[in-house]
Amino acid sequence: MQTEDTVRDRHAGQSHIGESHIGVSHIEALEAEAIHLIREVVGELERPCLLFSGGKDSAVLLHLAIKAVYPMKLPFPVVHIDTGHNFKEVIDFRDEQVEKLGLRLVVGSVEDSIRRKTAVDDGGSRNRIQIVTLLEIIEEYKFDSLFGGARRDEEKARAKERFLSHRDVFGQWDPRRQRPELWHLYNTRHLNGEHFRVFPLSNWTELDIWTYIKRESIELPSIYFAHKREVVRRGQMLVATGPVTPALDGEEPFEALVRYRTVGDMTCTAAVESAAKDVDTIILETQSVRISERGATRVDDKFSEAAMEDRKKEGYF
Amino acid sequence: MDLLRFATAGSVDDGKSTLIGRLLYDSKSIFEDQLEAVERTSLERGDQYVNLALLTDGLRAEREQGITIDVAYRYFTTPKRTFIIADTPGHIQHTRNMVTGASTADLVLILVDARTGVIEQTKRHALIASLLRIPHLVLCVNKMDLVNYESEVFENIKSDFREYVARLEIPDLTIIPISALNGDNVVQRSSQMPWYDGTPLLRHLEEVYIASDRNLIDVRFPVQLVIRPIQDGLNRDYRGYAGQVASGIIEVGDEVCVLPSGFTTVIEGIDSPDGSVERAFPPQSVVIRLRDDLDISRGDMIARVHNKPHSSQDLTAMLTWLQEDELVVGKKYAIKHTTRVGRAIVTDLHYNLNVNTSHRDRSATSLRLNEVGRVNVRTTLPLFYDEYRRNKTTGSFILIDEATNSTAAAGIILGQIE
Repeated sequence: MQTEDTVRDRHAGQSHIGESHIGVSHIEALEAEAIHLIREVVGELERPCLLFSGGKDSAVLLHLAIKAVYPMKLPFPVVHIDTGHNFKEVIDFRDEQVEKLGLRLVVGSVEDSIRRKTAVDDGGSRNRIQIVTLLEIIEEYKFDSLFGGARRDEEKARAKERFLSHRDVFGQWDPRRQRPELWHLYNTRHLNGEHFRVFPLSNWTELDIWTYIKRESIELPSIYFAHKREVVRRGQMLVATGPVTPALDGEEPFEALVRYRTVGDMTCTAAVESAAKDVDTIILETQSVRISERGATRVDDKFSEAAMEDRKKEGYF
Repeated sequence: MDLLRFATAGSVDDGKSTLIGRLLYDSKSIFEDQLEAVERTSLERGDQYVNLALLTDGLRAEREQGITIDVAYRYFTTPKRTFIIADTPGHIQHTRNMVTGASTADLVLILVDARTGVIEQTKRHALIASLLRIPHLVLCVNKMDLVNYESEVFENIKSDFREYVARLEIPDLTIIPISALNGDNVVQRSSQMPWYDGTPLLRHLEEVYIASDRNLIDVRFPVQLVIRPIQDGLNRDYRGYAGQVASGIIEVGDEVCVLPSGFTTVIEGIDSPDGSVERAFPPQSVVIRLRDDLDISRGDMIARVHNKPHSSQDLTAMLTWLQEDELVVGKKYAIKHTTRVGRAIVTDLHYNLNVNTSHRDRSATSLRLNEVGRVNVRTTLPLFYDEYRRNKTTGSFILIDEATNSTAAAGIILGQIE
């Protein structure tokens, strides 16, 4: 017979309901929900892949996908859309993970799309034009389902997103014609050329992500932790200086102790001032922070009230 | 810390979005930049106050038209609990959206305006909560500030509502007088209503007991995937069945049977995301290993030998129609039930249930968008089901229109055909 020790008891004092040891903590409930969705997609769709940017959400997503099919190897590739404006630390992390976990990596290059003239480089952020590359990769590899790490708490257009989000043959999202999702029954039927974006982390918050990173000892790129970096102050944001993000006229570069809360294209991701060198300190900071993750770090969401909604309709992550 | 999922129902006029905004604001779950955006938009629209409703209206059309189109999800945490709110719109696609938002909820929160009291829409929301067998219902009588915080107004609405729901199945009902705009009885107890001796809303949400809502008796394990790492030398002999425990407590050593084959075997091991465990319970996602090598695939179900679900191709259900194209009796639809996919025909429509009046129209010949009706369904392959009242996972299904691939209906299984 079992003893108390054999029951998963890591969250002692949190997951107990009465004396019976049959409760789950909210993190365990979110984990179970995410794994269930990943297995449904693997069970019902032909050609899934996982969008892996090297950021913290995609690192958590990858970890969950590996758990969902363990001890089988991940039965689908990871896809990285390379804008050409990457943080070196993040690309190194991506390659390390691919090597260590024996993953199949597909890279879609925005610079290739620019050379092919399917995408136009206006010299600014490549956040929007990477949609072109993403859709080209989907077509080339005939992916019918793409796991993504987006969360509903990130942004208000994302708050209306489904777990399994249908996209037409042009990759477009139509928020007014979303399929209702009842219980945990997912409708995976689709026509040739259509696909789904699948969001197992829909119900997770930024704090949940960090709590889980700590619980599972998930590795992350070093830029998530406090380090010294040359930056300029742009509005309320700190933007790292570099070849693709030079200081503008009137901006004075200075060295600051910073970390990144999100990781995207270098041209549109800002750092926050922080001395948090480890996950515990980041969790403490996340609990007390007063500015949202995207508000603090995403340069291009501030253009308009509906910037994300518009990008999503075009086929954004 | 545990998780409470709740759905809110009501229209813009009831101050639902204001209430959610208030819960998020007072629990410090709104970030400064989000609040600034709301302040900016409120000013542009000429609102008299910071319109917290704007926090939940995410799409451009919603902000322009001042309506909520789709279910929106919001998150907040207090020291006692983590909450997921499914905010369902009151006006547009009302039944479809509420059924969707409430299908995974532990609790439904309905709002009424203290000035108008219980209206048709309130009854509709209570009826849907009852249909979906949501164990906990909270009625917030909002805008008490506009009726001078009078206890008589509240008491009248309370007895009207209690009288209506007496006919429904609502296991746990709580009624709270609030003002979402001023924050009375939302997070803090209101000094304006000393006559109210209950708890404020947030405290109720923190303390409502949900642990016993799960079914821990009937072992039901729908198989999602067969885990067989053939390519891997080390785990060559591993064979497991992945799934989420729908109900019951599964323990190593239990004698179980596998449906549809009916073979019996013994649970050899249970692998959780954290490694091997001795038992699994809902809502855990695990992999089960069995003593014998059986032919098992996705769509099969593991249950106890002396406690099996019904296995049948015929069932009676309540359908909520979710798409524009109306129900055609006799037409084939795709059906998804647990992890099982097949085809189904609605053979009979008994009646169309008017969700506003509870009237049963037995002359109805079809169901249209947002309509609810009782039907008989025949499926091409046997389903392993329980009554929805006993088991939400094995008691629910969706119908899919094979021509358009849209989700056509949500089904709640009432039982076998009499």
